[in-house]
Formats: sequence, C-alpha cells, structure tokens
Amino acid sequence: MTILRFSKDLFKHITTGKRAYFIWLGVLAVVMLNALISYINQLTHGLIVTNMRDQVSWGFYIANFTFLVGVAAAAVILVIPSYVYHFKPIKEIVLFGEMVAVTAVLMCLLFVVVDLGKPLASWHLFVTPNFPSSILMWDVIVLNGYLILNSLAVIYVLYCAANGREYKMYIMWPLVLISIPWAFSIHTVTAFLYNGLSSRPFWNASIIAPRFIASAMCSGPALMILVFQIARKVSDIEVNDKAIFKIAELIAYAMGVNLFLYGAEIFKEFYSMSIHVAPLEYMFHGLKGHTLLVPFTWTALVFNLIAFVVLLSPGLRNRFLYLNIACVLVFIGVYIEKGMGFVIPGFVPDTLGEIYDYLPSYTEISVSAGIWAFGAFFYTLLLKTAIPIYKGELSFLSHNMRRNLKESH
Amino acid sequence: MNRRGFLKSAALGVGGILLPAKDSDASVWEAFFQKHFREMNDKEKKDVVARLEIEYMQKYKKRITVKSTPALPNVLYGYGLDLSRCIGCRRCVYACVTENNQSRKPQIHYITVLQFKQGEKWVSDLEEAKKYYNAEEVPEAGHFYMPVQCQQCERPPCVKVCPTQATWKEPDGIVVVDYNWCIGCRYCMAACPYGARKFNWGEPEIPLDEINTETHYLGNRPRLRGAVEKCTFCVQRVRENPGRYPACVEICPVGARKFGNLLDPNSEIRTLIETKRVFRLKEELNTQPKFYYFFSL
Amino acid sequence: MNNKLIYCLMFCLTAFFLPLYAEALDNSTTDDIPKYVTTKPEFTEGLFPCSSCHASMEPNRQRRELGFHTEIQLNHAQKQRWCLDCHDSSNRDMLKLANGDLVSFETSYNLCGQCHGNVFRDWKTGIHGKRVGYWNGDKTYYLCVNCHSPHSPRFKAVKPMPEPAKPQDVNKVQSTSLVEVGGTKLSIPQYKGRIK
Repeated sequence: MTILRFSKDLFKHITTGKRAYFIWLGVLAVVMLNALISYINQLTHGLIVTNMRDQVSWGFYIANFTFLVGVAAAAVILVIPSYVYHFKPIKEIVLFGEMVAVTAVLMCLLFVVVDLGKPLASWHLFVTPNFPSSILMWDVIVLNGYLILNSLAVIYVLYCAANGREYKMYIMWPLVLISIPWAFSIHTVTAFLYNGLSSRPFWNASIIAPRFIASAMCSGPALMILVFQIARKVSDIEVNDKAIFKIAELIAYAMGVNLFLYGAEIFKEFYSMSIHVAPLEYMFHGLKGHTLLVPFTWTALVFNLIAFVVLLSPGLRNRFLYLNIACVLVFIGVYIEKGMGFVIPGFVPDTLGEIYDYLPSYTEISVSAGIWAFGAFFYTLLLKTAIPIYKGELSFLSHNMRRNLKESH
Repeated sequence: MNRRGFLKSAALGVGGILLPAKDSDASVWEAFFQKHFREMNDKEKKDVVARLEIEYMQKYKKRITVKSTPALPNVLYGYGLDLSRCIGCRRCVYACVTENNQSRKPQIHYITVLQFKQGEKWVSDLEEAKKYYNAEEVPEAGHFYMPVQCQQCERPPCVKVCPTQATWKEPDGIVVVDYNWCIGCRYCMAACPYGARKFNWGEPEIPLDEINTETHYLGNRPRLRGAVEKCTFCVQRVRENPGRYPACVEICPVGARKFGNLLDPNSEIRTLIETKRVFRLKEELNTQPKFYYFFSL
Repeated sequence: MNNKLIYCLMFCLTAFFLPLYAEALDNSTTDDIPKYVTTKPEFTEGLFPCSSCHASMEPNRQRRELGFHTEIQLNHAQKQRWCLDCHDSSNRDMLKLANGDLVSFETSYNLCGQCHGNVFRDWKTGIHGKRVGYWNGDKTYYLCVNCHSPHSPRFKAVKPMPEPAKPQDVNKVQSTSLVEVGGTKLSIPQYKGRIK
C-alpha cells in the first residue's frame, strides 16, 4: 500500500512543474528521439555512417566516454571531504554529486554500446571474459561496480530520507570507503586502457593516469558547480555558497596539477623531439599541412589556463560571474583535452604513418547529443525525485506521521 | 534506406531491427546463441559449419565449403619478405583480396604496400611512408617498397586486449578471429602496431562471381558486418597436408615472399633467418613477429 | 652424324666419371636440385631446337653484329662476352659452362650459377626466386630464365595495381572486375570518377 501511494506521489511530483521544466524535458526528448533515429540508421548500415575508419578506429563516442568517466570519478572529490573530514556544507550536496556519478556512468555505458560493431553480441563479455588480460574487461567490471556502488549509496540515503530518518553511518562508511578508491580505479583503469598500448606512443606515456585523475577533478566538479546553481534556482533545494566556493578552490588545485602534468608531457616530447613527437605536432601546429586539431588544442589550453588563474584567486572565484565563466571554460577545456584531444592524436599518424583527419559525422554528433540529452533528462528526473524526498515532501510515511515528526522536532 | 523502410524500422524501434522476427528462420537464433569456436566440440563445429554452408548457399547461390581444419602438428608458420626485391606492384594486395573474400565495398585490404624514398628515414614510425602512390610504372627510381600485413606476433597485443577472447593465437602460430564471437569494440585495432586489423564498417560486399568457394571457418569465409578481421596466412590453404603457399607468396612476380615452417631446420624460412640480414618491424615493442623482412642484396 | 656420336660418347663418359669428380667440384651442380620440380624455360615460338637451323651452318666464332636474332639485345655484361660464351658453338641445343661442360636449357641454372654463386645458393635453398605449390610438399621452382631474360636480366618496370581507397572513400568503389595476372584471377577495383 505504502509503495503504491509513494509511487503515486512520485508520479505527481514528476509530472507537476513550471512550464520551463516541461519545455526542458521536451527539448531533451526531441534530441533523444533524433539520436534514436540516427542510431537505428547506424544499426541498419553499420558504423560506416560514422567517420571512423581503420586509420582512426575510435572517435567521438569513445572520446565522450573517456571524458565522462572523469566526470563520474569526480564524485569522490565531494565524498572525501564530506564524509572523512565532516565538512558540513558539502555533506549536504554529496547526494547530488553521487547522482551525477550515476548519471555519468550510465552515459559512459551508452557511449560504449553505440560504439560497438555488434552490440547484440555483447553478452559474450560474460561468457568468455578475457580477464585479467584485457583492460577493457577491467573497465567493464569497475564501471559497473561503480554504478552499483553509487546507486546503492543514493538509494540508501533517499530511502532513509523517505522514512524520515538520518542514514546510518555504519552502512554508509563501507560504501564510502570502497567508493573512494573505486572512483580512482575507474579513471585509472580507463587511462590504462590507452596507456598499455605500446603501439600508440602518444598514449603509451606513464603520465596518462595521473593526468586523467587531475583533469577529472577539474571537469566533474566544474559541472557540478553549474548544476547545483541551476538546481537551487529552479527548485527549493538549498546549496550553501561556502560549499560551492570550496569546490571551486579544489578545482583550482586540480587544474594546477593537471596543467603541470600536461606541461611535463609537452616538455618531454618537444625537447627530446624523438619520432614520437608527431602526434603532439599534429595537435599543436599541424603535421604535414594537416592542422585540423590545432585550434581545438589551443582553445583547450587557453581555456584551462584562464580558468586556472580565475579559480586560483579567491577574489575572483568567490564572485559567481567569474566562477561560472571559469567553470564553463574548465568544462570545455577538459572536454576537448580529454576527448578528441586525447583519443584522436593516439591514431594520428596511424601505425603506418598515415594521417587521416577525423571529425565526427552527423550520426556520431546526433547520437552523442542524444546520450548527453539522456543524461540531462535522467539527472533532472533524479533531482525531481530526490529533492522532495530530501525535503520530506515525498515520503513513505503517511501525512499524519509526517506531521507528528515535524512537531516533535 | 528509403522513407518507408525507415519509418517502418523507426516504428518497430531498435528491438525490431535487432531481434529476429517470430517467423524468421530458426538459424537466426542458432547464430545468435552460437558458442565460442574454441569451446565447441567436434559435433558442434560440424553443425555450425553445416548451418553456415546453408546460409551462404542462400545468400550467394553457390556451394561454399567451410573447413575447420585444426593446426598441423609440429608446425609454426613463418614468413619472409625480401625488401631488396619488392617492386611495389601491389599484385599481392589483390591476390589476397580475391583469395580471402575481403569486402570489395567498403574496401578492405590486408596488405598495405608502403613506398619510401631512398636515403630518408623509414622504419619505426613509418611517417615518411607513401601508401597511395600511383605511378605509371614501378619500381620508381630512387624509391623502395615495404609491404606490411599481419606479422603473426608470438606476443600479439591484439590477443592480449580482446575483452571476449574472440581472437587468439593458434598452435601453429596464426592469430585468428572468430567473426561470430567478435563484438566489434575495435580495441585490437588500437593495440596493433602494424595496422593489420581491419573492421567491417559496412555490410561486406563481394560480387557473386568473384567469391572463393574454398573457405575456412577461421579464415576466408564470408564476413560479418561489425566484426574485425585480419590476415591468417591463408589458413584455408596452408593447413592442408600438403598445404599450398599463401596467395600473396604465389602471386609475387619477383619472388620476394617466402613462407614455411619455422620448426623445420631445412625450410626456406629457417635458412633465410640463419643466413640473411633480417629484421622484424617495430622490434622495440617486443611483439616478436613471425614475419621477417630481409635483404638478399 | 659423326658429331652426334662423339657427343653421345662424351656424355656417357662424363656421366660415368662425374661421380668421381663430385668431391673435387666446388659448386656441386645438378645433384641438390632434383628434390624440386623446376619449370621449363620459355622459348620463342619456332626457334627451338636451335639445331634445326644451326646444324647445317658452319659456326662463326667471330664476335659481330648478328644478322639474324636481331630482337636479342644483349644487356648482360655485354662488354665482357657474347653469344658463344654461353651457347655451345658446336651443339646449339646445349649451353656451355666455363669449363667446357655442356648443360641443357632445362638446367641452365648451372650456367647462371657460375657467376651468380650466391644467388644460385639462395635459389637452391628457396630464398631467392619464385616457387609455387606446397610449402610442405612438391614445389615448382621457377628457373632463373623464367623471371630474368638471360640476355637482359634486369626486371622490366610494371604498372602497379590501383592504390587503396583513402579512408574517406572506402565506400566509393564503383565496381570490381577479375583480371588475369600470371594465370591467377585478381579482383581489381574501379573507383568512381576515374577513367579505366
């Protein structure tokens, strides 16, 4: 009976909202539908409708996947201080951070699935897993594990809230204790996915995993700062300014480390000028007249640098205008650096020295946009569910019980 | 796709395209639930081969035999390529395409012939290589040629990374793919240092009159869209007793291509390795190819 | 008639004594070949046997411009030698080694091997030259002259087959057609917008 009433209440909450809410969901739905049409077309004709070829055999899909693993991993940046150091302002929004992680992992899985040549055969992964040899198998395991961990945490916290009680630390602690190293692991494993390939000198650099972690701790929190501000504007959820500024400060340090590691890589390649410098040349000033990636690379670098300066100075980062600009710059900068700016140079020049200028096709862009729209849609609904539960408006308890609880407080 | 077909598939949704319809052949389900080739017993292999032969008969209106001959005992295949002789004529490329039923459209070639200017840097990252040379006549003065194909590594990175074990090294050293088991993640393509792995980006097309009807399950049988494939040293030829030379060896007009059993001390490949200056491509990666480039001059 | 008898006798004697000399011979000749079947040399139509014309002609050992066989351009150490250094002046159906021994056209590799010792050794082991057949069974070894014209051994340049399609064009193959090359049919692509 309780479940039925709860479901009814939930449905009512999700289906009531301001006009902007429905327009937002409608726009996302259209983008998703368009993606579905593109994806059906891709299934019918094969991946030939993408611009990927044997020379550049991974493209926009895997670039987005790589970026989003970082976003998912970044949930730790909120979990650590809130649970470990009991930094109160952040603790309140950890839940929403973990929901970002759940959403991001789901998007990651979708990006991998749309990249598969034979998605229907993916059950083979569970019949003859090449474990521990294949890092991709590791990635399947850690990503799904991470999804389960974070989902459990979110569900448990919400379940407690819906029952009108505080969550038990002895249940949360193990989840948190596992999920922190696990978050590092998903991004480390994803880095090793590339890192372990001696065939691609650009990826075969030991600095990749630390760089991935550092940049993840920029892009994920930057996204969350933006999302939280929107969330508190459109709903009655309270997000403490102090929490946002704390996250901004953390981004500044992470970006510092990220730029340092990136610089170390750039120095090593350009100073030694070995034959392995080719991918970096392709990125920074073009290779044999191919300059496709040059504007992207410089945009990313300049954005990251500007954002670093803004976020480093307390005077600037504590003003929302500058903070938000910086967050957008970080997001775009890392999106380029970790996505196209990382995946494509691994393939250019290819192992036989060929340069194929890859840019995503319409299908790739529309399917990817659809997955992003799915993420936004999913997260919106999560917020729409979680906020009233958190506020006690949506509950397993009956109306009377709730009132009694309120009075007793 | 035309408008109607498109609307229909859109209406049916993804499931409608992905899953076989109720009235479709039972073999579609059999194909879907087919086991990994290495996990099949002899009977299961026979059944699968029989089913494939029926499917191919329906599709190509021709009797296509699919062998599943296992590796010969005490054989480890090795390949030699004489860089002093190769003239870059690309006969091997198309002999391979024809023998191995590669898709003509989208085009798939197992062999890439690289052209280099004499006196300029070449091996390692091969950046100065020209792949699309199209001269009136070859060899062009001041140039030399290096064909690259699967190097049949003893430590194949492609096998190491495959998440589903859909590709593996056979006892005779040939790295093969179970096209049915491959999920098309293309991790092997990223891992291969030789650009040897090819993906069926679209539905593979071969004119009916050009199909080679003598095939092997792990070799030149018709391929699947969305699966990776590669050179198998013509497994359908070399695994017989007596076994024919691979197609690229037989077509080479200058006799630059050598093939044999590395375990036979009297074979031409062993003699070649022991008496010539040989090198293996990207040896620094420790993939240990069984493909030896050599210089006879 | 007389000549033939003498040659016959000589051949028998050689065959008889050859095993005795085998140890002394530095480059053993035919003995390590028979394992493989070699192909036949290609003769210009109607020219072989040479004796059908030459038997009735007096050998002219003078080095000169030939009046007949003008299609033969000697481009093979031509400054050092000419026809009768390889072709036997008395028996035109045989070739002559430097030591005066005669060898048939089918075993001309013995003649080539006199100068090209390294290549000869490589050819015998299978490293040099082309062979077809079975890697673990019978092979057909191409003779030196199957690939190299003995009078002008350098390979002629050939037209390369079409270059592969560029990555953005893999789906722009218009058609393919079977073209016969050396007895094997090859599937050759025709790209859109290119004249054959």
